[in-house]
Amino acid sequence: MTWISIGALAIGCYFFKAVGVFAGRHIRLSGVGGHALSNLTPAALSGLIMVQTFDGGGTLAIGAVTAGVAAGGIAACARLPFPVVLICASAVTAVLRVL
Amino acid sequence: MIKRLRALWSQDHQRDGFLLGLAVGSFGVTFGVLANSAGLSGPKAVTMSLLVFTGASQFAAVGIASSGGEPISALGTALLLSARNCAYALSLTQVLPGKRGGRFVAAQLVIDESAAMSNAQSSAQEAKEAFWVTGLSVFVFWNIGTLMGVLLGEVIGNPRQWGLDAAFPAAFLALLLPHVREKEKLRTALLGAAIAVATIPFVPSGLPVLLAALSAVVFASFGVRDDE
Repeated sequence: MTWISIGALAIGCYFFKAVGVFAGRHIRLSGVGGHALSNLTPAALSGLIMVQTFDGGGTLAIGAVTAGVAAGGIAACARLPFPVVLICASAVTAVLRVL
Repeated sequence: MIKRLRALWSQDHQRDGFLLGLAVGSFGVTFGVLANSAGLSGPKAVTMSLLVFTGASQFAAVGIASSGGEPISALGTALLLSARNCAYALSLTQVLPGKRGGRFVAAQLVIDESAAMSNAQSSAQEAKEAFWVTGLSVFVFWNIGTLMGVLLGEVIGNPRQWGLDAAFPAAFLALLLPHVREKEKLRTALLGAAIAVATIPFVPSGLPVLLAALSAVVFASFGVRDDE
């Protein structure tokens, strides 16, 4: 990532926060808009998980990373701490690559 | 001083906010390690944590860039993920300071944790304190954690050898779980996942995530109907 894209990201992220903070006094987000806005996170996150788990360069691929993410998912569902979830996922992937 | 600290500590919402920040510090460490493994320089990683300061977006930007994605798709996805902070800020209107300058500072602290802690309080005063204590505590520990993670990452070396590329999607999964306790968000996430998987073979990289984001709108109208 370049400094320019980091700067753009910082400005964009602050923009969303500030719009909410300063607009809150004047507008109330109507039903559908509010729901859509708060649904964006689960929608984009789950899409991102799929892409990083199954995308083998434009084809669907199942491999060491898929198994690692599954292991991390089990750890997350068991409410293990965040770093432990990541260690589970990485360790399973690393071991499968060595085998 | 000690007496005052002890008084603060005995107030549940302030203690919880502080501890939450401390816990988020460990996310910060992992962000630093992964940013380093993705080839991001230390100063860039630390600058991101200071100025971007919204975890999921930072992980997304670094993760997509490290897997060879287009910079524009890294930026687009990260911005999509940060749009929820706008909804949080709207929900905090009564809690945020009245003065203009205070609102500019408070805006940077509007994130998952501060909004959740603040919205969980019963009185206006407690909501206000919970927002500031949680927001500041997360800010401090997230940045200390990032710095520690960057230094730790230097020691670790080749990230693929350690399977660190699987750590990104696992991190997103862990970040997703608290959101999908509501039925509407669970359905949104499942549809988003299905759209992404279905489109990966057919569209250029970067696009599947943006298409998945469209599922946010699909269930919004159903959610409104349930509200009534």
